[in-house]
Amino acid sequence: MTQVIDRTGFIADAWAGVEAADLSEYAGGAVLLMPVDAAPEDAVAFFEAAQMIVIPFASSADGRGFSIAAALRGLGYRGHLRARGHVLVDQFRAALRQGFDDVEISDEQAARNPEAQWRTVALDLSYQSRLFAA
Amino acid sequence: MYKYTEFDSAFVRARIAEFRSQVERRIEGGLTEDEFKPLRLMNGLYLQLHAYMLRVAIPYGTLNSAQMRQLAMIAERWDKGYGHFTTRQNIQFNWPKLADVPDILEALADVEMHAIQTSGNCIRNVTADHFAGAVAGEVEDPRLTAELIRQWSTDHPEFAYLPRKFKVAVIGSDADRAVLRFHDIGLQVVREGGEIGYRVVIGGGLGRTPMIGKVVREFLPKRDLLAYLEAILRTYNMSGRRDNKYKARIKILVHETGLEVLKDRIEAHFEAQKRVLPDVNPAVRARIAEGFVAPALSERPAAALSMSPALRAFVDTNVTAHRDANHVIVTVSTKGIGTTPGDVSAAQMRVLADLAERYSHDELRISHEQNVILPHVHRDDLPAVHAALLAADLATANIGLISDIIACPGMDYCALATARSIPIAQQIGEAFADLDAQHDIGPLKIKISGCINACGHHHVGHIGILGLDRAGVENYQLTLGGDGTQEATLGTRTGPGFSYSEIVPAVERLIEAYLDLRQSREESFLDAYRRVGIAPFKAALYEDRDAKAA
Amino acid sequence: MAAEALAKVATSNHLIEGDVIYFAHGVWLRDLARAEVARTPEEADDLLRRARAFPHETVGVELVDVALEAGVPRPVHFREAFRTRGPSNYFHGKQADHV
Repeated sequence: MTQVIDRTGFIADAWAGVEAADLSEYAGGAVLLMPVDAAPEDAVAFFEAAQMIVIPFASSADGRGFSIAAALRGLGYRGHLRARGHVLVDQFRAALRQGFDDVEISDEQAARNPEAQWRTVALDLSYQSRLFAA
Repeated sequence: MYKYTEFDSAFVRARIAEFRSQVERRIEGGLTEDEFKPLRLMNGLYLQLHAYMLRVAIPYGTLNSAQMRQLAMIAERWDKGYGHFTTRQNIQFNWPKLADVPDILEALADVEMHAIQTSGNCIRNVTADHFAGAVAGEVEDPRLTAELIRQWSTDHPEFAYLPRKFKVAVIGSDADRAVLRFHDIGLQVVREGGEIGYRVVIGGGLGRTPMIGKVVREFLPKRDLLAYLEAILRTYNMSGRRDNKYKARIKILVHETGLEVLKDRIEAHFEAQKRVLPDVNPAVRARIAEGFVAPALSERPAAALSMSPALRAFVDTNVTAHRDANHVIVTVSTKGIGTTPGDVSAAQMRVLADLAERYSHDELRISHEQNVILPHVHRDDLPAVHAALLAADLATANIGLISDIIACPGMDYCALATARSIPIAQQIGEAFADLDAQHDIGPLKIKISGCINACGHHHVGHIGILGLDRAGVENYQLTLGGDGTQEATLGTRTGPGFSYSEIVPAVERLIEAYLDLRQSREESFLDAYRRVGIAPFKAALYEDRDAKAA
Repeated sequence: MAAEALAKVATSNHLIEGDVIYFAHGVWLRDLARAEVARTPEEADDLLRRARAFPHETVGVELVDVALEAGVPRPVHFREAFRTRGPSNYFHGKQADHV
């Protein structure tokens, strides 16, 4: 099982039990799985159909998902974006800032990093938001 | 120089508070080393051979006197009374204790300094020409750009987990004093038809696979800088290799993908980023510009100097023309005969701070060549500056000469090193201790690295020395003809390496060969090498040795 | 007689000080000469297992080869020799601590 976390803390998974279809086999389901080695442009055709796009994080050292998320948002995706896999507490803030709505971690990780750790992540201090503020 | 805003201060203090709690959790047992290591590295704290090492950023190499005095205080209170200036405009403290590091970071924050992003697979401390704002011929002070990039890259949510570390350098004129073409991204401020922008170079680097950077954009308008940088970084983050740490730098991506293909991808991302990324807040730009207003230089005409021979020698080598005819740029060598390149004692730091305050508009610079610069000195003050440096053992008149050596810490400190670097630099300095002889030999850059990662820039030394471990023994390979300036050239390996005791005599044979074959005193080592090629030097290195052995 | 030629000690860096330490029968010491020596692969495995039981005192534990002089362990590789002394450019580190 897994645990979903958004900026309010641990939440129930609204898509629990919904099968995610890989981009290469996607046929219009609610959840699209975006591999980190695929081109974000290839997902544009499915932006209307996919209520949620899931980006896997195989390792916390692999930061490709942060770029994919920003690229999808840049291409106009307005649906739900989820980071699934090995996302550290220290990466939670970056994930939200890159356009993810929530992250989905293993129950085993949720036990090591309880809700309190995620809720204390400061979300407001950022050079980039200041730099580009009009 | 740039003054922290309330935001800068709050950000740095928040990071220290976070790190303090992480250190406490590590010491009390709440964090394992595997969990703690990436966190300490994000804050510049390494574990080296004998102790921890704290790497502190000196953004674009600029320091004021208060900062230099604080570095002296830190060196005395929490270290062993000295600091080590590196080839990336950082300072390293070699002996801090883990429990003291949060306090050291607080002391740094007190003078608007930090150790953020001095390690890890992120965008590192942005470096710049150490003569920025002082030398003639600049389109613009490159530090305006470097500070903007510092702010943009600090804690950037997209680029903290790149395939590998990422280094950016900025220069403001055609003269490259920042090893621009050996950075992941090199930016040269240029003007085209009255508009200021950048010439953008990518994919340079030293290390295991040295590569000269390639121009990816001849002209990038200034307002597009951050969108374009995001496009390069996004392309790299998505496509850079993550399967092999030695092939993970952007230079390998450029090499394997080809510049033209990669350029198309960057341009596509750039078009997308330009649409979504707002312009830089004018208030932020204005705040940065305030920080780099040119100092109000005295208009007092310089009097004719009557110089002692020592001062004359110093002026010959350590003094560079300033954009203002009454002023000069003074480079202070950290390479006294037998000293450790880049090391400065706390007492010397205070002398440098006093001199900056009194004679150089409160400014100091740290060069990638591990020297300290007083950028705005009135000519009339040269005798006083020289006398003060002399009293502090900082007046060695050897800038650009054979003993002005770059050396990484090597196996005397570094956990990654395969051989020592510092004692080789010390021995070369001692072998050529006679400054007159050094002047006779002329301009010569020796650069020494203690492992293949090339922190000592050996590939771009006129003479490069690389220390390796060959079957449990230190062994030193030589490269010749490297050049880190705008002429960007990689050195060529001479052949088999030399043992610890053989390497300095080998360098001496190279110098003898050069003195024999140069056409005149005006022909430098590098010029002579370019004229005659490697063969005569190889003969001097190997035939003489073999003859002696026979 | 390869098994008899084997001689290894467990070494690490101290969590707080960062300095080089060696394992000996349940405690970490500053001095290589007093380190516990493993003479067989089985002893080496056991030594490493016991040495790794101090994750909040040590940073990374590894086995390194030593030579025995009258039963006293001495470094084999030059890197280990430097670790027992300190840097060569200043009289800092272990060489100064022993004075």
